[in-house]
Amino acid sequence: MERELGTFRVKAGLAEMLKGGVIMDVTKPEEAVIAERAGAVAVMALERVPSDIRAAGGVARMADPQIVRDIMDAVTIPVMAKARIGHFVEAQILESLGVDYIDESEVLTPADEQYHIDKTKFRVPFVCGARNLGEALRRIAEGAAMIRTKGEPGTGNVVEAVRHARTVNTDIRRVVAAPEDELPTIAKELGAPLDLVREVHDLGRLPVVNFSAGGIATPADAALMMQLGIDGIFVGSGVFKSANPEATAAAIVRATTHYQDPEVLAEVSTGLGEAMRGIEISRISPQDRMQERGW
Amino acid sequence: MQGAVREHERVLTALGAKASLVRRRADLEGLDGLVLPGGESTTIGMLLEEYGISEILRQGDLPVFGTCAGMILMAKEIEGSDQPRLGLMEIAVRRNAFGRQRESFEEEIVAPAVSPRPLHAVFIRAPYVVSAGREVEVLGKVDDKIVLCRQGRMLAGAFHPELTDDDRVHRYFLEQVVGKGA
Repeated sequence: MERELGTFRVKAGLAEMLKGGVIMDVTKPEEAVIAERAGAVAVMALERVPSDIRAAGGVARMADPQIVRDIMDAVTIPVMAKARIGHFVEAQILESLGVDYIDESEVLTPADEQYHIDKTKFRVPFVCGARNLGEALRRIAEGAAMIRTKGEPGTGNVVEAVRHARTVNTDIRRVVAAPEDELPTIAKELGAPLDLVREVHDLGRLPVVNFSAGGIATPADAALMMQLGIDGIFVGSGVFKSANPEATAAAIVRATTHYQDPEVLAEVSTGLGEAMRGIEISRISPQDRMQERGW
Repeated sequence: MQGAVREHERVLTALGAKASLVRRRADLEGLDGLVLPGGESTTIGMLLEEYGISEILRQGDLPVFGTCAGMILMAKEIEGSDQPRLGLMEIAVRRNAFGRQRESFEEEIVAPAVSPRPLHAVFIRAPYVVSAGREVEVLGKVDDKIVLCRQGRMLAGAFHPELTDDDRVHRYFLEQVVGKGA
């Protein structure tokens, strides 16, 4: 057999290697080093963390390539970066930089309101956000090799992350419990390809790794998502908007590993100082909710 | 602990072994062998150290099979890094040696000691062995680089047999290294 690059197996395989781990948003090399030392399995290179994007308003775009390069040079763990939904040229640029994963992300302002990126055209794998099973399977059909539930980014409020994780779980249970002959109708209702719905029915889970994102701010939040059956954690603003980023980062990593061990959770939650200041979801008007971006 | 745990569990269970998850020191009791999965070596190394697992593994009594990050942690020497490690094998490894994710690949490799037919190997940001001591038995190479090797009770591979339907490396570990019939 000839050598094969960029197969779906190596794309989805990297996500498998990240399971049980924490991926942290960073905006400069120094933050990336703090994340790596704290035990992060990967970092997301950004110009601004979601809470600052929310505060700044305006159009949020891919980060300056120099920021991404500097962060890639600073750490040995995988580096991810965000492209706008549908902006396949930003994705081409990120691929040329050699990032290890591209996040087609609702945190940035969408570039296309109808079509997502055709992710099969790339050798670099993609992670995409989803709020329910249908959305997750549509992204996988477009070539995503990893899913993350969306939550509501930049809020430090875990409620939407929980809602989306539970919704995906409920949807999966329904597909698993359904007899074969009902799957075509369920696929239609979900707006998802039938072959992927059948795969979920057989596997009893999503065919790719599913992380949680959007509002995780404390070790207890991370363990909560893990106990809800999620494969790993994205922390955005939660680390570097806290009073003590080093300690908070390390504590969230340990909580993600020992998510079933309340004694460890108590120990790592102790004395972290103030977590990021959160936002009540009802105070964000519907048009400002990032989770509504993408479809 | 972190990484491709579920996949290894699936292969080992299919081969008739009883698999359990190790997160803390006490979880090691009663085991015949341990698999160190692929994941991030900096993360796993730190967690092994903090929860007292490293200390026991360094005694060298428990057979260990490390894949990818696991191989890195088993090496005495990690090029350009002072990250925590177990140092169970006389090998020096280079991390991300084939390149970043863009360069990750699948290929068949020849490993006669494991099986007469080539193994299907999946390399993901994989390391390789730069140099190996005399006690180390080289089992498989790609691009003339060592990607599968053994030293007594220790087995290390740069690729991911757990991501394929190919169970021959796990079988080799159970039968030849641990010494329990699969």
